[in-house]
Amino acid sequence: MKRSLFAFLSGGLFGAGLTVSGMVDTTKVQGWLDVFGAWDPTLAFVLGGAILPMILAWRVAARRSTAVLGNALPAPVEPTIDRSLVIGSVMFGAGWGLAGLCPGPAMASLSFGGVGGVVFLVAMMGGMYAAPRLRQRIDQFATA
Amino acid sequence: MIEQDWVFGFVGGLMIGGAAALYLLVNGRIMGASGILGGLVDRSGWSTAAERLAFIAGLVLVPIAVVPFFTTVDTHITGNWAVIIVAGLLVGAGTRIAKGCTSGHGVCGISRFSLRGIVATVFYLLAGGIAMVTARHILGII
Repeated sequence: MKRSLFAFLSGGLFGAGLTVSGMVDTTKVQGWLDVFGAWDPTLAFVLGGAILPMILAWRVAARRSTAVLGNALPAPVEPTIDRSLVIGSVMFGAGWGLAGLCPGPAMASLSFGGVGGVVFLVAMMGGMYAAPRLRQRIDQFATA
Repeated sequence: MIEQDWVFGFVGGLMIGGAAALYLLVNGRIMGASGILGGLVDRSGWSTAAERLAFIAGLVLVPIAVVPFFTTVDTHITGNWAVIIVAGLLVGAGTRIAKGCTSGHGVCGISRFSLRGIVATVFYLLAGGIAMVTARHILGII
């Protein structure tokens, strides 16, 4: 119950932050990516603002053995760059550039994003459903 | 000259980082939007479904309370259905194949100086810029 309560609070603060920062507005995201048009640097302020509290949080996490609710903190990740990391990120970036929405804002804007936003979210979930099989193919190709 | 949008961007960014810090330190989880939703879609995260659904409920419902404080909130998403569907499929599949999106690899990864997070962010920013510029200035479809 406590886990769900804090998950709700965290999701809510995330959604509020995405709305306040303007990241639910595709013109701000595409304005950042459009280096040949009217370039909009807002996204850099958002990412910078988001990274600052997290640098502190990772430092606190490093000194603790468990999270506040008792379960393990995320283990360090092996610094391996594999094919699926690069291919997946390129696919994600291409879709992000075309529509101006990434997964967080796609969910945060559900209530006011209109039919276009709902269609994007449904297509995104379709892509997520297909991803494990695609990933398997990429991994097999990489080792062949 | 600091523009108002940049201030809102920074303040909103602090809120996003605060949310990620809360999820990390209290729940012990990495706040990655694509992972939280994707684990429900492909069933890999059903053992933690309640926590994921609670996060998504907050993410969807709380903006409804925030929106009235702004004069205009609009996603301005394109009206081109083909572009919306292709982009959605690419974002969904790509983030799950790369195991992270802007929140997981970007916010949570870069802040722990993770090589994977930094490399992912470089590639999705480059691909995003190329896709955006090609679609707008060369093809003229968005």
